Amino acid sequence: MFLDHIWLIPLFPAFGAAMMFFFGRRMQKAAVSTVCVGVVVVAFVFACVTVVEYTHFAHGTGQPFEKIVYTWLGSGDAHLSFLKRDGTPAQFNADFGFLLDPLSVIWLLFVTGVGMLIHIYSIGYMAHEGGYYRFFGYLNLFMFSMLTLVLANNYVLLFVGWEGVGLCSYLLIGFYFHRKSANDAANKAFIVNRIGDAGFILGAFTLAWYLGSFRFLDINAAARSGHYLIGDTVLTAAALLLFVGACGKSAQIPLYVWLPDAMEGPTPVSALIHAATMVTAGVYMVARSNAIFVLAPTAMKTVAIIGALTAIFAASIGLVQNDIKRVLAYSTVSQLGYMFLALGVGAFAAGVFHVFTHAFFKALLFLGSGSVIHAVSGEQDMRNMGDLRGRIPTTFKTMFIATLAIAGIPPLAGFFSKDEILWQAWRSADGGFPYLWLIGFGTALMTAFYMARLIFLTFYGQPRMSQEVEHHIHESPKSMTGPLVVLAVCSALAGFLGVPHSLGGSNGFEKFLAPVFERGTEAAIAATEEPHHPAGEEHRKLEWLLMVLSVGAAVVGGGWAYRHYALAGKDYPEPIAVKAPPLYTVLYNKWFVDEAYDYAFTGRRKLGDIRLGAMGAGEASSWFDAKIIDGTVNGAGWSTRAVATLSTWWDKWIIDGVGVNGPAILARMISYPTRLLEWGLVQWYALVMVAGLLGFAVYYVWK
Amino acid sequence: MQSHILSIILFTPLVGAFVLLFVPKENKDAIRWIANIFALGGFLISIPLVPMFWAQRFDATQQFKFMEGSANNWIPSIGAGYVLGIDGISFLLIMLTTLLGWVSILSSWTAIESRVKEYYVWFLVLQTGMLGVFMALDFFLFFVFWEAMLVPMYLLIGIWGGPNKLYAAIKFFLYTLLGSVMMLLGILFLYFHHHAVTGIYTFSIPELYKTAPQIPFHAAIWLFLAFFLGFAIKVPMFPFHTWLPDAHVEAPTAGSVILAGVLLKMGTYGFVRFSLPFFPQVLSSTATFLNVTTRGWMIGISLVGIIYGALVSLMQKDMKKLVAYSSVSHLGFCTLGIFALNPAGLSGSVLQQINHGISTGALFLIVGILYERRHTREIAEYGGISNVMPVYATITMIMFLSSMGLPLLNGFVGEFTILQGTFTESWKWAAWAAPGVVLAAAYLLWLYQRVFFGTVTNPKNEKLHDLTLREILTFVPLIIAAFWIGLYPKPFFQILEQPVNQIVLTVRPGYPIPGYPNATPAVNAQAAPVTTPAQIPATAVTAPTAPVAKPAHAAAAAKPKGSF
Repeated sequence: MFLDHIWLIPLFPAFGAAMMFFFGRRMQKAAVSTVCVGVVVVAFVFACVTVVEYTHFAHGTGQPFEKIVYTWLGSGDAHLSFLKRDGTPAQFNADFGFLLDPLSVIWLLFVTGVGMLIHIYSIGYMAHEGGYYRFFGYLNLFMFSMLTLVLANNYVLLFVGWEGVGLCSYLLIGFYFHRKSANDAANKAFIVNRIGDAGFILGAFTLAWYLGSFRFLDINAAARSGHYLIGDTVLTAAALLLFVGACGKSAQIPLYVWLPDAMEGPTPVSALIHAATMVTAGVYMVARSNAIFVLAPTAMKTVAIIGALTAIFAASIGLVQNDIKRVLAYSTVSQLGYMFLALGVGAFAAGVFHVFTHAFFKALLFLGSGSVIHAVSGEQDMRNMGDLRGRIPTTFKTMFIATLAIAGIPPLAGFFSKDEILWQAWRSADGGFPYLWLIGFGTALMTAFYMARLIFLTFYGQPRMSQEVEHHIHESPKSMTGPLVVLAVCSALAGFLGVPHSLGGSNGFEKFLAPVFERGTEAAIAATEEPHHPAGEEHRKLEWLLMVLSVGAAVVGGGWAYRHYALAGKDYPEPIAVKAPPLYTVLYNKWFVDEAYDYAFTGRRKLGDIRLGAMGAGEASSWFDAKIIDGTVNGAGWSTRAVATLSTWWDKWIIDGVGVNGPAILARMISYPTRLLEWGLVQWYALVMVAGLLGFAVYYVWK
Repeated sequence: MQSHILSIILFTPLVGAFVLLFVPKENKDAIRWIANIFALGGFLISIPLVPMFWAQRFDATQQFKFMEGSANNWIPSIGAGYVLGIDGISFLLIMLTTLLGWVSILSSWTAIESRVKEYYVWFLVLQTGMLGVFMALDFFLFFVFWEAMLVPMYLLIGIWGGPNKLYAAIKFFLYTLLGSVMMLLGILFLYFHHHAVTGIYTFSIPELYKTAPQIPFHAAIWLFLAFFLGFAIKVPMFPFHTWLPDAHVEAPTAGSVILAGVLLKMGTYGFVRFSLPFFPQVLSSTATFLNVTTRGWMIGISLVGIIYGALVSLMQKDMKKLVAYSSVSHLGFCTLGIFALNPAGLSGSVLQQINHGISTGALFLIVGILYERRHTREIAEYGGISNVMPVYATITMIMFLSSMGLPLLNGFVGEFTILQGTFTESWKWAAWAAPGVVLAAAYLLWLYQRVFFGTVTNPKNEKLHDLTLREILTFVPLIIAAFWIGLYPKPFFQILEQPVNQIVLTVRPGYPIPGYPNATPAVNAQAAPVTTPAQIPATAVTAPTAPVAKPAHAAAAAKPKGSF
């Protein structure tokens, strides 16, 4: 009954957003929060009931449930056809259809759950801000988009959610629209995501062109049918294009640049959109397309390498940042890298597990940082914090748990999910992957360091804020600390859902997801051909060894941070700045990637006198348009006018002048003397006559 | 029994113009009310066409529906007739025209203060001219409307335009006239060619379709180019586009709305209605110019238009010019879809033409609203407008998103369908078009940021008043249409299905469309075009009272032979 109405889940928040759009301006804050938080609570409860119903439906087989509401793109009958690559016709069709399987169940639950907590938290956090209804309207719109994304049954509807979350991200990053930096960051986020989106739709087109459908179940069935060989060129291209989309949405190299800037938005937004849910959409999409990816080893390798590089690259920047939210932002990019590393080595379930645990501890860290910022009157720079642990105890305790979790201290959530990824990277078939393990291991070390640094600088050491600020420090209201506590409990316990076999668990999480990541004939054959790994006891020993190593890394990283920051007073030294100043400069300036992009791609910075990138191309095109193309048109007009002027002159002076008036003037000139005789003036005639007569008279008289 | 609905829709605006002639010109409000009543009436009267057309949307026995008049009934000596008829493509464009006609006349209420009477008279005449182009099934009649449309637009720009209006008006007129003359030569060739084949002089378009396959290839290629020039200037396709920014910048707001919303569609409509079905052999031929086939050239300049228009747009300092160049980019998508020559590409293209009318029409209204308040379109003059005009800012955001193709709004449906159609022809074409989508977001969001975000820095902007009820009303139908197409485009696809499939089968006989009658249509029959049982019911043109379709030649033979 609930399962059949699964399409209502995204519609609840959509209703809230519509209410805010039409009536929000005139509503009281209390009414706004009742409606907007209410719809998300309803969505969460509905989602839980639906999932329970689904488990009865699937009987543990992971059988997908699909509900098609109506035909969206396409004419609904068989007439809008296109030719597939093999020349056979297929239908252009995308439905408003919803799909529930173990993969979407997980996203559905944590998106509504974490979303609900963050909505509640926002009531307190945004209480004194303007644009209250606008904020909640956007948040609701985001929930609608995100739920559409995870429940869609085809790539096109997924893209609706995909672009929708991008839009909400844009609107919420630019929420403080008076600030230029916020607007710049919002534009950057949208446009960089659009680049990914272009890749995504081209990938979806490739799949439709090759396999004849946009529908996940059709595509998976086709990919697993055994008709397509491993390493198929078209499928590899499709997988890589989809991954471009994932790079945009999930902030991977080279499209990660928007995410750190996205911290311009209010903190709950950073927690919800830019940490827990939206940025994991890329992971979701790749996991959703696993049937394609397993047939494309090149794409898989690319995913793994990009993921690992992003993980360590972002972590390295996070080591030296001073803005508390920026540290967390780079940490998010880095953790997303881990997830892609897992996907790339074929450990889809491990990647999804890390998404799941990360959602809790990263949302908690962001919300905690929001609570800290709230306490110190809006200050975000950790250099101006310190010694807060006693003054905001709940925030401190919960954030501390989250830090242990992300650093990978057992038995908190992050330990299980991260170790699973590292282990899978190690044991994976390809010979190059132990290097990826090494990168992941290094990242774990850095993670522990920068997270511990964050905790020590914020909560330990000496207070470094001004008297004024220090005076106002207070713990946040219950509506904010409540969600923190719930998330802390989840961060501590979520890992137990996926305890690996080597630690005596049953890895229920992986088992639950197994039907989704089932391999097709071809891929299954390839999997059996993999070189065999050390089995049994030896295998377990190795896994334990790696575990001990990574826990050791976490302890060492944390300890190192303790040594340098635990007693930080005013003007504390940065250890990296002391030991390697050039490295510090590079890291502090984020490897100068933003600057390079501005020179090369956007053209916002000039390279000498030359502008490159889109703006450079725009300037060149504008010049070409005005001078060459319009110049030609105006030139044609001008030459027509010149010819016309010349013709007029020719007509006036030559044709009419020489040809017509010329003979007339000539005749007139010739006739002039004659005219003198025929002047027509009687007096003149009389004068001539008299003169003549006189002449004759004189002549004859003289003679 | 002939239905006269098309004539009624066609002439309602003209009647309005005629009525206005009898109103004293000092009585401006009366003129405005009458003009608005006729504009709204023109829209309302076209609404009954929707259920009527819907009932026949899949009827493949008739290519053109609601046929009126008969061949030769106007100037029998040359074979010109008053023949109207529509298919799904022209139906949608007609609905767009009546809607935008109403919206733009409503939007002119306070914008036009001088020579009010002439303004509305010409506007209503223009409306009839545009509707006529989409309805005419006789080339003579078509050309009359095609040219008749130019004059009112010329006057609208030349009289009620901005500072450089004369330059813009003359450029617009001469440039489009150049194209029309080329097209006229093409039309005359078809006319005489038809006479050479059948011995009959006629301008009837369905009749001329039938003799088109016998045009020798070397002539067809020149004819294609003649028509191409006429339509490419109108669209406008790169590099024939430079009249557009000038005309848009100088035209009054309502003129820009109609120019972008409807007039540009004449070009794309021409491609779909004439270039494709008349010269399929040119598009399918492998003959090349500079190593590129004709179709390749068409696709190529569409792609250049998409990216080039977007890049130039990015760097504009004048809002209206920015929107004008964005039209070049968007129309590039439309022509790309047309020359993809498959059902998805063509359906998407026609749908995108409608979408462009809605979104870009709205964008020009948006620019016009600021212009009316501040009399400048310089982007640098603005900033922080969302502080003083929040409703306006919200509506603008929705229309910007629709224009940049955000899913669940109209633009996405069109662009996605076009790109899908294009991709199945060649992935490279779609890949080249994709940057256009990215750049669209860039120039629109950057514009939005510079105009709406931040704080009000220019003191002149501090006291701007938000939208009036009338202004909101002009946007409401456009927003509804944008969401409708975005959320539920299926009816539009169904309306387009029959004409689009027919055109695709004409251009590419044997293109597999399961479930659609796959017989080669009469239009394309090489062997015996006249004796093939007509899928296009020429009989309805020539003998409207005949209850059953007769073979075309029987009806044609009954006609008096035209003579000069």
